[in-house]
Amino acid sequence: MADPALMDALRECVGGSLDAEVGPRPSDLTLRLARTGDLPAAAAVLVGAHSMALATVVATDETATPEGDLKVRYVFEPAAAGAPDRFVTLLISVDAAHPEVPSLTTAIAAANWHEREMRDLFGIVPVGHPDPRSLVVHDGWPQGVFPLRKAFDGSRRVPVEDAPEFPHLAAEGEGVFEIPVGPIHAGIIEPGHFRFSSVGETVLHLDARLFYTHRGLEKRMEGLSPLDAFYIAERICGVCSVAHGLGYCEAIEQIAGVNAPSRARLIRSIALELERLYNHVGDLGNICAGASFHYGTATGARLKERLQQMNERIAGNRFLRGLVIPGGVRLDLPQELLGVLAAALKDTLAGIDGLMGRIEANPSVVDRLDDTGVLRHQAAVDLAVTGVAARASGVDRDARREHPHGAFALPGPPELHVATGSEGDVMARVKVRALEARESIRLIGEFIRRLEPGPLRVALAGPLPGARIGISAIESARGEAVHWLRTDALGRVERYHLRSPSYHNWPAVALAAETAIVPDFPLVNKSFELCYSCTDR
Amino acid sequence: MLRILINALRTGVVTTGYPAQPSVPPERFRGAPVFRSGSHLPSPAVCPTGAISEQFDAGHRHVALDLARCVFCGRCAEDPWAGAITMGREFELAARLRDDLRIEVVDDNAAVSATRAAPDLQAERASSEIQRVLGRSLHLRHLDAGSCNACDWELTALLNPVYDVRRLGIDFVASPRHADGVVVTGPVTRNLETAARRTVEAIPEPRLVIAVGACAASGGIVGEGYASAGGVDKVLPVDVYIPGCPPRPEAIIFGILVALGRLDARRATPM
Repeated sequence: MADPALMDALRECVGGSLDAEVGPRPSDLTLRLARTGDLPAAAAVLVGAHSMALATVVATDETATPEGDLKVRYVFEPAAAGAPDRFVTLLISVDAAHPEVPSLTTAIAAANWHEREMRDLFGIVPVGHPDPRSLVVHDGWPQGVFPLRKAFDGSRRVPVEDAPEFPHLAAEGEGVFEIPVGPIHAGIIEPGHFRFSSVGETVLHLDARLFYTHRGLEKRMEGLSPLDAFYIAERICGVCSVAHGLGYCEAIEQIAGVNAPSRARLIRSIALELERLYNHVGDLGNICAGASFHYGTATGARLKERLQQMNERIAGNRFLRGLVIPGGVRLDLPQELLGVLAAALKDTLAGIDGLMGRIEANPSVVDRLDDTGVLRHQAAVDLAVTGVAARASGVDRDARREHPHGAFALPGPPELHVATGSEGDVMARVKVRALEARESIRLIGEFIRRLEPGPLRVALAGPLPGARIGISAIESARGEAVHWLRTDALGRVERYHLRSPSYHNWPAVALAAETAIVPDFPLVNKSFELCYSCTDR
Repeated sequence: MLRILINALRTGVVTTGYPAQPSVPPERFRGAPVFRSGSHLPSPAVCPTGAISEQFDAGHRHVALDLARCVFCGRCAEDPWAGAITMGREFELAARLRDDLRIEVVDDNAAVSATRAAPDLQAERASSEIQRVLGRSLHLRHLDAGSCNACDWELTALLNPVYDVRRLGIDFVASPRHADGVVVTGPVTRNLETAARRTVEAIPEPRLVIAVGACAASGGIVGEGYASAGGVDKVLPVDVYIPGCPPRPEAIIFGILVALGRLDARRATPM
C-alpha cells in the first residue's frame, strides 16, 4: 500500500474518509473520490509533493451498470528514476445527464489532450479547459454524438455536416506569415496538419492538428474476444507492432492470472529490442535526410533494411507481427536463427558506429543538429514527455526499469543502462538514440544467453474473468506506452485504451519547433520520431 | 569525404535483382494461405478480419478466402486446422479486380480443387492508353489515408538502396500535380476523406489508383465504422489491389507493374 504521508495528504484534501482500494495490480492503488470537485486538489497532491506524473486518463461509459454513470480514471505513476512499479488511480463518477468534470489542464499540462479527447468521444466536458476546440473528431462531426458512448453504434459511417473552417491558433502582427503544411505531406509520411506562424524563417508558433488517422480502433475492439482484439492491438501501429501487441498481451495475462513462460518472455524482449533497433537505426538515417546528408540517409536505410529482412526470417513478417500472442509467443528462436541474428547484429553495430562517426566528424551536419529544436527539461517534465525525447532532456525514466515487462519481469533481470542527455536538442536526441541502439544489441545478446529450453505459451483457459482491469506499461521505441483494458461480464473486451508515447510527446514537438527555423522543422520532427497512427488510433 | 567513399566502395552493390530475378521469401514468411479441398476448413469466425466466408450450395460447403481482407496472421493455419490450411509463400498477389483475390474451395469434396478466378487477361492488361502514356516511366504520389504506417514504411523502403525502384523508372514525387498515379495506404478515415479525394483529383488524367495493403484494399482490421470508409474503393475507383499486412516491398513492386501492364512477359501462364 502507498506510503502513509501520501494517504494523509489525500485524506486531507477530500475532507475526511478516503475510499481507497488496492488495484488494478497488487502494487497499485485506486482512490474513489466521492466529490468530483476534489479532483484538482487530489491530483495536485500526487504531482506536487509526491512528484508523480500523469500516465493516462481513461473514460468509460457505465450507464448500463447499476451505477448508471460515466467514469473517469486519472492514472498517475511515480516520476523518479527507479521508483517502485506502481500506478495510482483517481476515480471519479460523472453524472451522465450533466457530464462535467473540473479540468486539470491549467495545473497539469499533460492532461490537455486527454481532456479534449474525452470531450470529443464521451461528451464529458472538462470545465475550465483553456482550449475549446475539438481534437479527435474533425470538421463536420455532428454535435452531441459521442462515439465511445455505449449507446452509439460504431459500425456505421456518420454523415459529414457543413462546418466552418477549423480555427487554428495563429500569431498576428506585421510581417507574420502563416504557413499551412499537410495533412498530405510531400514525402512518404503519415498525415498531420502543421500551421506555422513565422517571421522570416523564425517560427513564432506551431499549431499541430493530428488525429487524421483516427480509425476508431478502441471502439472496434469493444465486444470482441480477447484473441480477436489482439490482432487489432498488434496493428494499431506498424512500427510499434511488438510493443503494442505485448502491452495488450500483458494486460490480458494479468486479467487471466497467467504468467508467460520464461522462454517466451525472453523471446518477447528480444523482439521488443529488435523493434527498437530497426526504428532507431532507421531514424538515424532519416535525421541525416533532414540535414541533407545523403550518405547517412542511404546508410541508415540500408542498415534498417537488413534488420527488417531479419525480422521476416524470425517472425515471417518484416514488422515482427505474428511473434507475440496472448499467453506467450507463436514461434521459437531455434539455434540456426540465433546464428543469423548474431551476424546481423554484429554488422549493425559496426554500421551504427561507422554512421555516428561520419555524422560527428562532419561539421556541416553537426552544425544543423546542435542547439536545434530544444526541449527544456522542465517542459519535458510538465508535459510528461517520454522515451528518447525525455531522456535527451535529462528525464531519467525507462519503462523497462520502472514497470518491468517481458524478460525484465523475470527474477534477476539483466541490468539496463538508461542513456540520458541534458541539452534537449536534436544532437542530444541523436546521441541518446545511438546509445540506445547499441544497448539494445547488448541486451539481445544477454537475453539469448539466458534462453533455456521450455514452453513457449500457456493456455488462457476458457473465457477471461469478467469486469477485471489490466494495466501495463511498455517501453516502445518511442517511449512508454500505457495499456488499460477491462473485460465485460462475458470476458470480452469492454473497454481498451492505449496511451501511446507519441500522445504525450507531440505537444513537445510543437514547443521544440518554436526554437528552430521553418526549414529545420523536418529535422526537429524526425529527431522526435513520433507516430501519428498510435496517437490517433 | 574520403572515408565516405571508401565505405561506399567497401559496401558494394546491395540492390536486389527483383523483378528480373525471382525473390524467394524466407521459410517462415506468411504468404497467401493454401486451402486443401475436402479437408475440414475452419468456420468464418476464426478469421479476425472476416476474410473467410462460407456458403452451402447443393449440399456442399464452399469456403472462400478474400485475400484483400487477409492480414496473413496465420491463425487459420494453426491447430486444429493446420492440416486443412497452410500459409504459403506466394506474395505476388496484386490484381486489377477485387474478385480475382477470392480463393474458393469445396470443403467436403476433395475432387474439386481450389479455384482462384483466373486473371481476366483483358482486364489484366493495362488500358492501352495508360500503357502508352505511363508504361515506361511512372511517377507516383503517396497518399496516407489512415494507415498504421507499416505500408508507408514499405513504400519508403522501395527507395532504399536495396529495392531502388528508380532503376525501374518508378519514382515518388512531392506533388499530385507531378504524378501519374497514387499509391494509397489505409482504409480512408473520415478525417482524411476530403483530403484523399482532393489529392486524387489533382492528378492529371490518365491516372492510376493503387490500393496498398489490407486496409486500403478492403478495410482490413479497421473495416467500416464511424471513423473509416472501409477501403479505398468505397471512396475512389481503384485500378490495382495489393494484398498484405503490410505487403513486402517486392509485392508492392509487383503490384505497380501489374498496374502498368508490364508483366505480360513474366506471366505467360496464368497463375
